[in-house]
Amino acid sequence: MTDNIYMPYLMKVEKITWEAPDVKTFMLKFVNDEDQNNFNFKAGQFGEYSVYGTGESTFCIASSPTRKGYIECTFRQTGKVTNALAGCEEGSIIGFRGPYGNIFPIDEWKGKNLLFIAGGIALPPMRCVIWNALDMRDNFRDVTIIYGARSVKDLVYKYELEDWERRKDVKLITTVDPGGESPDWKGEIGFVPTIVEKAAPSSDDTIAIVCGPPVMIKYTFPVLAKLGFTDENIFTTLENRMKCGFGKCGRCNVGKVYVCKDGPVFTLAQLKELPDEY
Amino acid sequence: MNIERRYVRNGSLEKLYEIIKANSRTVIGPSTRNGKISFKRIENYKELTTDYIQTTQSSKETAFPRTEKILDYSKNAGSISVRGTDPNEIPDIVLWGVRPCDTMGVGELSAIFNWDSKDEIYNHRLSHVTVLGFSCSKADEYCFCTSVGGNPGNTEGSDILFTKTGENDDYLAEIMTDKGLQLVSLASELFEKDSNVDKAKNIADVPVRFDREQVSQKLEKFFDNEQWVEQSLKCLGCGACAYVCPTCACFDIQDEAHGRSGSRVRCWDSCGFSLFTLHTSGHNPREVQSQRWRQRIMHKFSYMPDRLSVYGCTGCGRCSRACPADMNILEHLISIQEAIV
Repeated sequence: MTDNIYMPYLMKVEKITWEAPDVKTFMLKFVNDEDQNNFNFKAGQFGEYSVYGTGESTFCIASSPTRKGYIECTFRQTGKVTNALAGCEEGSIIGFRGPYGNIFPIDEWKGKNLLFIAGGIALPPMRCVIWNALDMRDNFRDVTIIYGARSVKDLVYKYELEDWERRKDVKLITTVDPGGESPDWKGEIGFVPTIVEKAAPSSDDTIAIVCGPPVMIKYTFPVLAKLGFTDENIFTTLENRMKCGFGKCGRCNVGKVYVCKDGPVFTLAQLKELPDEY
Repeated sequence: MNIERRYVRNGSLEKLYEIIKANSRTVIGPSTRNGKISFKRIENYKELTTDYIQTTQSSKETAFPRTEKILDYSKNAGSISVRGTDPNEIPDIVLWGVRPCDTMGVGELSAIFNWDSKDEIYNHRLSHVTVLGFSCSKADEYCFCTSVGGNPGNTEGSDILFTKTGENDDYLAEIMTDKGLQLVSLASELFEKDSNVDKAKNIADVPVRFDREQVSQKLEKFFDNEQWVEQSLKCLGCGACAYVCPTCACFDIQDEAHGRSGSRVRCWDSCGFSLFTLHTSGHNPREVQSQRWRQRIMHKFSYMPDRLSVYGCTGCGRCSRACPADMNILEHLISIQEAIV
């Protein structure tokens, strides 16, 4: 058979980073050089990661397409497959199919300000596009990142947060939910929507990218509207249970829209057209 | 190609079967066991059931088996070897005695498996199947093919369609494709010149009960309609409707491990199951049965026509026959068409 669309690439777990309790990042390298050479993806896309004998699980590619030679994924141990992944060691071989889905239209954002707003484990899908933008920094004006988690220990990519904090060309605001702060916490304390309102970033010629748990998203959109952001300038990603990643297995659709094919990246204007089924 | 019409005498069908077997093709056809008629591998012509309205299961399994191996893997000392499905394992099949509502379903399944990326596992299986359709000379109250673009003598999806004639139970054979011609060439003496059989006179009368385009249009503004709750009150979420459906293609992907080796399989699933869309977080976008029932109808009569230009229903009526709670899709579709929105 020529093309088996379900056949994963073999990937070697090159490096494992503990991000937060139950959250790990894998740096993955293609076992076969030819696969590596033929592989291309863009910010916003996702894949099916698998442990042979356990199964497949869907999450984004968390590294930037500007970083060649590897991909990264960040996952929280919650289900069967993520638990099996967590049991992998450096050197383990896993499967990866992808890339699937649409992209953040980063080329269309050139010359604009970028405002990233993320909550908890939803920084990974955004980290891809953040690094993509920072690796071509001259193309954008102000870059602001507002990131919050339940507690200090739940913040992921702490080493990169420090990096962004130090950079003069990035404005980083971190926050934790009330009660989640540690004694030496120097960031904000408060829920993400509140902190966005307080920071009051300008909506003038600005693209807002928002990823987070549903409740954070729900309360952040009205704040952005108040700040003058139009629905067309607010981007987010949807996630739904998936099996195939290419519009056949039949479960990720929201009305007519397939999250795996038409998404996962949507503008708020597009979201408002969808039925309440996500 | 042009349709070729031929005349096949009743006694010749058994001869055709023997010639097919002699050419080492696998024959799969309807056979009765424990009062149920299902498609099975036929080893002897007498095992074929000829007098039936509908098999319990559709014939989709020949191209879309309920469990399809995607790959085999084996783990040895830190490395893994993975092997895809071997095309040589896929046999040449003659699918015998398929009703037009199942042959029509082939086009709908193919649309799902080939829009955007091509599912070559499915395509490869299908390319090895020669479909011998048999028109329906009778129907029951569950049949509604004429409401969804089909009819009891529909040639769509058949390589050869046989229609029983009134005279001596002989058959009209309509040869539709090169695959059909190829089969005929093995036994050309059995396919006599057509003596102008009146096909329409020899097929069942299935009245048109609704208009699928009208249903589709109605569904555009039907997402929040209260009918979904009403219609699905009886639904047990057992998924039987999806398993017997000739066009339901939703699937799951699972790993089956046996020690250090195993397989990854693609297996039938159903949008009627509560776990179908459940997130690991516990969130479920289709939390209650009415939302799942809505998905089933919307997918077949709104999303598929919109995205793939085909409907996901051939009017075979199996879902209604199989439903343990006696839900009837025909009644539901009529009431959607008649609803005032």
